[in-house]
Amino acid sequence: MEHLELFFKSIFIDNMVFATFLGMCSYLAVSKKVSTAVGLGAAVIFVLAITVPMNWLLDQYILKEGALVWLGPEYAQYDLSFLSFIMFIATIATMVQLVEIVVEKFSPSLYNSLGIFLPLIAVNCAILGGSLFMQSREIATLGLAFNYGVSSGIGWFLAILAIAAIREKIRYSNVPAPLRGLGITFIITGLMAIGFMSFGGMLTGGDEVPSIPETEEVADTATELIDTQTEEENPTNTKDEL
Amino acid sequence: MALLSKKDTKLITDPLADNNPITIQVLGICSALAITAQLKASIVMAISVIFVLGIGNVVISLIRNIMPSKIRIIVQLTVVAALVILVDLVLKAYAYELSKELSVFVGLIITNCIIMGRFEAFALGNGPWRSFLDGIGNALGYGLILILVGFFRELLGSGTLLGFRVLGDPIEKTGLYALGYENNGFMLLSPMALIVVGLIIWIQRSRNTSLIEDN
Repeated sequence: MEHLELFFKSIFIDNMVFATFLGMCSYLAVSKKVSTAVGLGAAVIFVLAITVPMNWLLDQYILKEGALVWLGPEYAQYDLSFLSFIMFIATIATMVQLVEIVVEKFSPSLYNSLGIFLPLIAVNCAILGGSLFMQSREIATLGLAFNYGVSSGIGWFLAILAIAAIREKIRYSNVPAPLRGLGITFIITGLMAIGFMSFGGMLTGGDEVPSIPETEEVADTATELIDTQTEEENPTNTKDEL
Repeated sequence: MALLSKKDTKLITDPLADNNPITIQVLGICSALAITAQLKASIVMAISVIFVLGIGNVVISLIRNIMPSKIRIIVQLTVVAALVILVDLVLKAYAYELSKELSVFVGLIITNCIIMGRFEAFALGNGPWRSFLDGIGNALGYGLILILVGFFRELLGSGTLLGFRVLGDPIEKTGLYALGYENNGFMLLSPMALIVVGLIIWIQRSRNTSLIEDN
């Protein structure tokens, strides 16, 4: 049950792109075609599934306050958590290189399809963000850490797939010239993020809105605002069209 | 001016407008948007990035000739990570509340594409002084957008700037609120950051039509 909850929560509610803006750079740069977007998305799932559990072990047995106690009781007071940035990014960079070598050796076809994306991924914010959120949300077991890695990867994959499909279609639309390309992608992502906010009530039955504190109040006023605005705006819109 | 030649001045002024890292080069959006709900957090983030990118560019430029190119990504990441740890510790010591609010996004400066992008594109091929100027210029351009977005989101979302109530008191109904003005709480939510940046891009490109992309 715990696993299932975390799984859906990381895909929909705390979606990496729409709720926390992680991995936006590659999300915007590599979303022009669906086929490349699928390649990058698959690589992100793959790398997250490996690095999040790895960093969980690092955090649990080396970095956390009192984590070094397995070396002997006199090490119990050490707190190395200030080193976590440098340790996490080192793990990620080496793991990405390692994965690249292993995949190249054992599955050349997969290597060809992931190929150029793997080195890019070392500096994708989604990967480091996954590990940092894993640390700050205090995920309890190795199994849950693996689950968190895979499911947030799937969430990212879904997001880039969706935007790539929309961008392929939007090429045939008449977008105002200054908005073309980057501008309209930003705005569409914003609209998609508004859509994804509606998943917020999925796990709690709508009693409370998770993610950022304050959201409860804000979300209420926001929905009220939307309601009144849409009512007000509709007549003007139809007028404009006429 | 003797200190900065014309070419060097361009390094600083270019990224502020026509070569802005966020709106034109599409770099560094990852950590930029999530923390712009308040002006204060945006300013702190901008200062952190100016510090990291300025110093980082100099360091990379100094070691560019002795660094084997095969391991350069790991070397670059280590340099950035060390600088970011400094920023994080300083924030924790002097602005604890704010560092809680920025949470993991301070750490995410490491993978901010602006930093790796400038290392790769500029610091690896230029001397320390020029790299320093380039770093400062790009970080300023990044900070400018951050502060703009933060300004509008905080002003329209909660009616405050840096925590001061500039539009009057919403509960006592003073100032603008007396006229029936309401805060738009939606501006504080994450989707609006994307839309505000989209609008900034729109304005910038309609003023300078050479920047328009073809579909």
